[in-house]
Amino acid sequence: MTTKTKSDLLLTGVGGQGNILASDIIGEVALTAGYDVKKTDTLGMAQRGGSVVSHVRIAEKVYSPLIQEGGVDILLAFEKLEGIRWANYLRPGGIAIINNHALPPLSVNLGAEKYPSDIEIMQILQQRTGKIYLVPGTLKANELGNTRTLNIFMLGCLSVFLPFTVPDWQAAIQKHLPEKLWKLNMAAFAAGRKEVENVHV
Amino acid sequence: MFRVSILGFRIYFQSQFLSKDYRPYVIMILMKKLLSGNEALALGAYHAGVAFASAYPGTPSTEIMEAVAVHKDIYAEWSTNEKVAAEVAMGACYAGARVMVSMKQVGLNVAADPFLAVSTTGVNGGFVLIEADDPGIHSSQGEQDNRHFAELAKVPILEPVDSQSAYDLMACAFEISEQFDTPVMLRSTTRISHSKSIVAVKDSRTVSTRKIGFSLNMQRWVMLPVNARLRHVAMEDRMQKLAVYAETFPYNQIEPGDRSLGIIATGISYQYAREVFPQASFLKLGMTYPLPEKLIREFAARVDRLLVVEELDPFLEDHIKAMGIKCEGKQFIPRCGELNTDILEAAGRKMGIIKTPAPEKLTLPTELAKRPPLLCPGCPHTGFFYVLAGIGQRLKLPGAKEKTPGAPNLVVAGDIGCYTLGAYPPLNAMDTNGCMGSSIGTAIGMEKVGLPAKIVAVIGDSTFLHSGITPLVDAVYNQSKITVIITDNSTTAMTGHQEHPGTGISVQGQAGGKVVLEEVVKGVGVKNLAVVDSFNIKEIRTAVKSALDSNELSVVIVRGACVVHVPKHGETQIIDTQKCNQCGICLLVGCPAIQTDDRQPVIDATMCTGCTVCAQVCPKQAIGPVSRLKAEVIN
Repeated sequence: MTTKTKSDLLLTGVGGQGNILASDIIGEVALTAGYDVKKTDTLGMAQRGGSVVSHVRIAEKVYSPLIQEGGVDILLAFEKLEGIRWANYLRPGGIAIINNHALPPLSVNLGAEKYPSDIEIMQILQQRTGKIYLVPGTLKANELGNTRTLNIFMLGCLSVFLPFTVPDWQAAIQKHLPEKLWKLNMAAFAAGRKEVENVHV
Repeated sequence: MFRVSILGFRIYFQSQFLSKDYRPYVIMILMKKLLSGNEALALGAYHAGVAFASAYPGTPSTEIMEAVAVHKDIYAEWSTNEKVAAEVAMGACYAGARVMVSMKQVGLNVAADPFLAVSTTGVNGGFVLIEADDPGIHSSQGEQDNRHFAELAKVPILEPVDSQSAYDLMACAFEISEQFDTPVMLRSTTRISHSKSIVAVKDSRTVSTRKIGFSLNMQRWVMLPVNARLRHVAMEDRMQKLAVYAETFPYNQIEPGDRSLGIIATGISYQYAREVFPQASFLKLGMTYPLPEKLIREFAARVDRLLVVEELDPFLEDHIKAMGIKCEGKQFIPRCGELNTDILEAAGRKMGIIKTPAPEKLTLPTELAKRPPLLCPGCPHTGFFYVLAGIGQRLKLPGAKEKTPGAPNLVVAGDIGCYTLGAYPPLNAMDTNGCMGSSIGTAIGMEKVGLPAKIVAVIGDSTFLHSGITPLVDAVYNQSKITVIITDNSTTAMTGHQEHPGTGISVQGQAGGKVVLEEVVKGVGVKNLAVVDSFNIKEIRTAVKSALDSNELSVVIVRGACVVHVPKHGETQIIDTQKCNQCGICLLVGCPAIQTDDRQPVIDATMCTGCTVCAQVCPKQAIGPVSRLKAEVIN
């Protein structure tokens, strides 16, 4: 048996962006590939529009479903502010894949708090790692004609760094989506993969 | 147990569930699935032959019922509340069925009476109560350790460490219940319930051989004092037998390791401890009440230092100390909040076991903007909160200059649901919130002591049916003059849109009897009742003002579908920047779709549902449907 490399993944975003479904799909792929896997979501009150974080841990053997601070190998953020909110969890030299899209919280709209600038965002992430991929997820999803394909686009980006085959990914995506959405989401997945492969050094 | 893999299936040779006298190896074909703790509990119960399931929704337990109700060969119901859920399960168990009842931790406060009752009578079919504690208070009104309830009720507790053990322990729970004539508490926590891990599941269901039937036995089932006294003796006797059983219970396991540190752990705490102290010896407890005293002594004797790792109260620690066994625990591990590996690592450092320094934390330059949960765009609760906030002079943008707080002219006693979020700015329209159904009673009490303010109770449809009817009866009986607003969105929204008696649809998707709120309100004797549309501000304001001014008990039902069920109300709204004077009143609605671009409010077209609440409150008539503004521009 070949050794199974550990991957601790943190998916962050805003309720309604589809990150829980995305983390379920990763779990399914890992199961198919013969890994031990645990995943857990922290939602707070089950409301749309709040912060959502999913921990996904893949290894030969996993105990805690929660990842330690400073232990995340890959941070997959569906929204910029939610990316840096959890930057402390990223391990030094880890990978950050951030959807270049801002959803300002209500307090920002009401003028009580500020949304961080792109420079501040990069400065925070760079304290942990140089491997930062700022990807146009929302833009690409809208180009595909459905903003809800963002999560599958982000999975496409992530897939470049994980030891699973594209057919395994596709099968897991199909298992979690109705058939009428397969074609669109396969395109989103491919677009995400391409986005990172092109910049991947 | 050992296993081999053939053709992707794992074949397990397993003996531990068979009787001690006869344990041949049986071959079972098991399939691997990725299941949440809640899904595993449901499937475990189904495969163990559960015939009857009842529950009231409550995070983090809700999905247990949702996952078991898909099996159409069992009876499943959303009950009106947890007390009723436990009572219907009690009846079904008396009649011989294997039953499960599931609830969140505070649900057991509501169901405490029948829980102790069924413990006193004992069972016929197996009775398993699944309750999910919420360490960290992810979605509850408090943090409580329900293991104390089981001790109070003299009931055994099983605690899973992951989805696999959740699945396995359900079968054990039914066996124990029937063997020892006791209900069994299966305690989950948010992290167990809401984590997915791999489970090897059976491919078939064991159907209980017990026939449905009831044997008349007054001494057994009628808890007159003379009978209950005998049952108390039987309960004490059964706890002693269970303590003996616990010694060899297969899910109480010693996992040998280094003798310098021994850890006794259960639930999710076991996983954290396993990761943080990989070299330690472990006693993993699947049954946490009553405890296996001999096994614990044996384990304690094997190790130099004994640490008990558990979330919330020192339940195990106190019992182990009471046995006269020296151990450590809560002096290093917090009682409050959810544990994790970071917290255990810090405890390991305090204990001098972990020598490496704590990892460096990132410094964030400024405090990041928070993102608390919000009422959705198009939420039917927003409009009446806006009206209440206006009447109570509460509307205020966060950060706006604070007025000297005077005595409030309006007090809003709140309740539990999405609408609890009305307490946040900019609405600031909820003043109390303690427990399910408490709004009406709280309001009555404030009124009766002469609080010099208008007093309103706000309660949702599902919460009203759960435990709001009896306090409304109290209001009628004791001639209260409060105003009760029932905000009816025709669903149990906060827990994920479950049906309830007001929707008339069962958990298994069947048409059921429908309870009409107006008829309940009138039926208990309320004379002053108005029913208004959630999205019509003028109508709400008129009705609420009239109710507040009347000198009698009044009820206003504010009705409008949850936006998740009706995602589009009408045409998307837009702000005409020519007419808009940036007064900010639309922002006071607190709708996430209304954003600001350099002080100019704008509506995010992808989020707007066309509910028009913002358009109705705009003093400049600057907000309207996209088509109207286009037409005006052309003309």
